[in-house]
Amino acid sequence: MKSYPYTEKKDTRSGFGAGLVEVARQNPNVVALCADLTGSLKMDAFKKEFPERFFQVGIAEANMMGLAAGMTIGGKIPYTGTFANFSTGRVYDQIRQSIAYSGKNVKVCASHAGLTLGEDGATHQILEDLGMIRMLPHFTVINTCDYNQTKAATIAIADYPHPVYLRFGRPVLPVFTPADQKFEIGKAWHVNEGTDVTIVCTGHLVWEAIKAGEMLAQQGISADILDIHTIKPLDQTAILHSARKTRCVVTAEEHQINGGLGDAVAGLLARNLPTPVEMVAVQDSFGESGTPEQLMEKYGLTARHLIEKVLAVQKRK
Amino acid sequence: MEIATLKNIASQVRRDIVRMVHGCQSGHPGGSLGCTDFFVALYGKQLKHNPKFSMDGKGEDLFFLSNGHISPVWYSTLARFGYFEAKELATFRKINSRLQGHPATEEHLEGIRIASGSLGQGLSVASGAAQAKKLNQDDHLVYVLMGDGEIQEGQVWEAAMYAAHHKIDNLVATIDVNGQQIDGATEEIMSLRDLGAKWRAFGWEVIESEGNDMEKILEGLQKAKSLAKKGKPVMNLMKTEMGFGVDFMMGSHKWHGVAPNDEQLAKALAQLPETLGDY
Repeated sequence: MKSYPYTEKKDTRSGFGAGLVEVARQNPNVVALCADLTGSLKMDAFKKEFPERFFQVGIAEANMMGLAAGMTIGGKIPYTGTFANFSTGRVYDQIRQSIAYSGKNVKVCASHAGLTLGEDGATHQILEDLGMIRMLPHFTVINTCDYNQTKAATIAIADYPHPVYLRFGRPVLPVFTPADQKFEIGKAWHVNEGTDVTIVCTGHLVWEAIKAGEMLAQQGISADILDIHTIKPLDQTAILHSARKTRCVVTAEEHQINGGLGDAVAGLLARNLPTPVEMVAVQDSFGESGTPEQLMEKYGLTARHLIEKVLAVQKRK
Repeated sequence: MEIATLKNIASQVRRDIVRMVHGCQSGHPGGSLGCTDFFVALYGKQLKHNPKFSMDGKGEDLFFLSNGHISPVWYSTLARFGYFEAKELATFRKINSRLQGHPATEEHLEGIRIASGSLGQGLSVASGAAQAKKLNQDDHLVYVLMGDGEIQEGQVWEAAMYAAHHKIDNLVATIDVNGQQIDGATEEIMSLRDLGAKWRAFGWEVIESEGNDMEKILEGLQKAKSLAKKGKPVMNLMKTEMGFGVDFMMGSHKWHGVAPNDEQLAKALAQLPETLGDY
């Protein structure tokens, strides 16, 4: 198992904030909108450096999506910032009609996704967003795994003239991807070469998969680990190549079992290469208040749960 | 463009509307007929626009239709002002057409910059486009039309608050005040009460105008334009009659979304002189 030493821990949302400032320096058309969560989204630095390109929208997310769509007419590249819940479920129709169907170059940037939002509880812990946005034609869906990857993705999407959903979060996690990485939209990152089982993971579950891979290696099980940061378009080649090699797959995501990465991978395999699949995901329930660690444990989203699924899926080969 | 010329175009646009809706036996003739004079005044006289369409619309005025169901009047107006050939109007709402039931960009129809149909979104889009114009130092105006029933949608009021707060004064919004919506009169379904007071309270400059008289429409639009760029967004509350120009379609919500049969089509066309040649 390849080792991923790290020297610091940071939140992915701070990677977004840093990437936003950097891409704004490179590209004068980048503008940012925020619905009263500037601090939470780490957009303060952008606001300070580019006040004329920052638009405070207030608590009005539907309006924010329409404004962003309008700003693309004239060549702007708007990044909207609010929590994942208010970036998707609350404004689904606005995103569908004014952005997706209208083919507008808007970057919907969503923080505090999933259970790791923690104590605020289920009203704010959206676990359905990947599924909702994945279903929309024209949309690209990205869920990043650490600070550096989030920063790189934030920069990369500016030069990609399509609507993008960029999902990141609140918890402080190891920074284990390179600072100088080039983010390739739609291309899986091969975290580890292995032969016995494929682990397809995204977002905060990538670090759990690395921990699981290390523990599995001690048991003599070699895991092929793919970070699918881009859930749509899915890197079909990488997943099929790995599944052909290992003949069993475990998916892992901080999302409902319905509609997310697991469904995307299972659909791909069913159509092309029927393969046993197990899924680490929330089992069709809402979350609740608690610390991120407690919630990930209770809802089955840790390295230990991944290992259980690996052992189960191997028996189904 | 002379008033008489605009009136001639309006007559042809009304013929186009009833023929398009009849041709596919669906669509929304009532609001389309009521707003015909406004569209012709807008494209014939008010807008600085380029029928050689570009999505970004830099260096020209922009128009957005928020109540997308009155697409027939917009499609006919765009065709009659040279955006695409009038014969394409015959494809309205039919399979493989660029003239979708509600306006869309997916088929690249010249003149359309955003999809609309699900109501309440156009004022937000227009506000964003107006702010992009300011960032681009483009001093042209952004116009948007909404229905009066449409403003029952909450997003409209989010945008109303935003546009005033951010002093988007290169924005001229018009509400088609025809007092009708699908289920009946707006006052019965969901009372709009004092619209002028509402928009003024939100921080807008408000004017009222008549929407079925070419001279008065132009007066209203000119007045709205003269109030622009003075620190506030401008609201033009324009009174119209749904179905205007076809006697049996006027004064009722019943022709909001119903197509005429052959006999009704003939009766309607008899009231509308063919001025530019039917498509």
